[in-house]
Amino acid sequence: MSTVTIGSKADINAMVEPDRVHKRCYTDQAIFDAEIERIFERTWIYVGHESQVKNVGDYYTTLIGRQPVIMVRAKDGKVNVVYNRCPHRGAMLCADHSGNTGTTFKCPYHAWRFNLDGTLLKIPVIEGYQGTRFDTSDPQFHMKKVARVDSYRGFVFASLVPDVPDLVTFLGGAKIAFDDMCDRAPDGEVEVVPNCFRVIQKSNWKIFLENQLDAVHPSITHEAAGRAAFEVEKDIEKRTGKKAHLQYHMLSAFTMPFHKFDAMDNVGHANGHLVFRGYMDLRRADPEMVEYLKIMNAKHGEKRTEEILSVDIHHVIGYPCLSVQPPLQQLRAIRPIGPDRTLSEIWHFRLKGAPEGMYRRALAYYQLVNSPSTTINADDLENWWRCQQGLFSSGGDWVSFHRNAGQDRVQANGTIVSVTGMSELPMRHMMGAWKNYMVKGAAQ
Amino acid sequence: MSGVRASEKSGSATQFAEEFDGKPLPPMAQVSGDLQREVERFLYRQAEILDDRRWDDYVALFMESGHYWMPVTEAQTTGDGVPSIFYEDVDLMRLRAKRVMHPRAWSQKPGHRTSHVVSNVIIESVDAAGNLVVRSKFYMSEFRRDAVRHFAGKYRHELKKTAGGYKIELQRVDLVNGDGTWDYVIQTWV
Repeated sequence: MSTVTIGSKADINAMVEPDRVHKRCYTDQAIFDAEIERIFERTWIYVGHESQVKNVGDYYTTLIGRQPVIMVRAKDGKVNVVYNRCPHRGAMLCADHSGNTGTTFKCPYHAWRFNLDGTLLKIPVIEGYQGTRFDTSDPQFHMKKVARVDSYRGFVFASLVPDVPDLVTFLGGAKIAFDDMCDRAPDGEVEVVPNCFRVIQKSNWKIFLENQLDAVHPSITHEAAGRAAFEVEKDIEKRTGKKAHLQYHMLSAFTMPFHKFDAMDNVGHANGHLVFRGYMDLRRADPEMVEYLKIMNAKHGEKRTEEILSVDIHHVIGYPCLSVQPPLQQLRAIRPIGPDRTLSEIWHFRLKGAPEGMYRRALAYYQLVNSPSTTINADDLENWWRCQQGLFSSGGDWVSFHRNAGQDRVQANGTIVSVTGMSELPMRHMMGAWKNYMVKGAAQ
Repeated sequence: MSGVRASEKSGSATQFAEEFDGKPLPPMAQVSGDLQREVERFLYRQAEILDDRRWDDYVALFMESGHYWMPVTEAQTTGDGVPSIFYEDVDLMRLRAKRVMHPRAWSQKPGHRTSHVVSNVIIESVDAAGNLVVRSKFYMSEFRRDAVRHFAGKYRHELKKTAGGYKIELQRVDLVNGDGTWDYVIQTWV
């Protein structure tokens, strides 16, 4: 390895084998830097939802790769994404996670002002620039716009480079994450619910994505929470003679036996996207579902309603930054900070036009699984940290993705389907995409 | 809902101005020294139960109708139907207790230890039945696997006077950094 340049094509190819990957993918700072440059700063990254910036001047700040950006609603109603940097001396223009900046951005340092598309509006003591190389028409004196911004059904993505396919083409098989979530809304739209939970994972960003579609881990990692939920669920049912709220089942289901996960499957799509199919028991006899079905049937007719609800997806990975659970109205966006540090931005959504009870289901999942008091992710975060620590060691060089390796079924349309929901196809598939991005980037 | 939106939208400087400009100080009841001490003893006992990891005893401090609530921001006026860090009735509290005590709760290997200090106890109101609303401040130091974390904030207890002593109808916990970024999670009540 010593003669191979870190991050070169030969290095990348040597790190990713069909059934195992080298630990350096998770631990090496130079590889991490290359990932940011070749993946996160070279493709479509989720920024936020349009409903986060409803009014003119509403903004939201986040990261695309290492770049701090602002998503803002402009006067013409458009959602812009601009670098969060004043072209004068570099100060960030918006320092809060979100807020309203009025009709302009104003730098707190020297009061340079910019329109909401980033163009320079006004600077004080302009006469001092006479006879200098400063020129208001020069783009270097405007806030930089990201190269591409587009949204799909209200979900805003941006790319720092122009040479990417259009958003819908990029999303491909992952598009269903947004279709499934929005179609379930009687009004065909979803709305974000503040606040956003932000939780740091002390592990590599890929460990999170790999965990999301790993169907062998739930009953092991989450045994304690699942059993506890099951006991309380049974106790409530004994005490009241009625079914406990779905929230208990949401947690007790984490301890589902292996054969139930076996019946599910994973579908790998182009660009590393994945769809985990099966198991979303919506308990149609629950009062909120009865009410919801009535509204959906009235709006769409029974046939279309059934079509919408029979889309049975547990989880979608929008590679490289999104984990979406459409029927639970949850979305987690990850922002890699370092090889062993990842920020997760966790959101949930309201189905427009759906009864309050349907929102309460999403809220329960949001609080019990995704909040900073979660009894579920507490054990995930522990395991991810343990993985990261172990990978730093010299106790071994490889990460194993051998489960059902060689059995993935390539379909006529180019997708790849697992033989069981417990297959490690998702990990192999994502690392395949990783390799493509990294090799392509090495050549550039 | 509107309270959450307002705080999500406004910058922190305006938020302070909106929240406190012209508003009267929060209420403070004139109470006897005995009542004050009784309430303080209750809060000290609660802190001790938490630090001793006596989770069932902690849940037993609550009314069957009680809730433990940790909002994300101070602007929130209810935990019902609004995202919070915690909003647990006693059944969800029992779930948390069972999970933490389960032998295969992996993130409890090692577990965490805490030390709570409760102070600045102000009895806000006393009704005819002797039910109380009490505000206080806490500081909690948490140790787990070589790392210490610090949590500070305020409690607001709605206490019911029962034959068996005070029981918690609602414990509201406002962390100073509730809407900040979380380095790991909190596994038990603060």
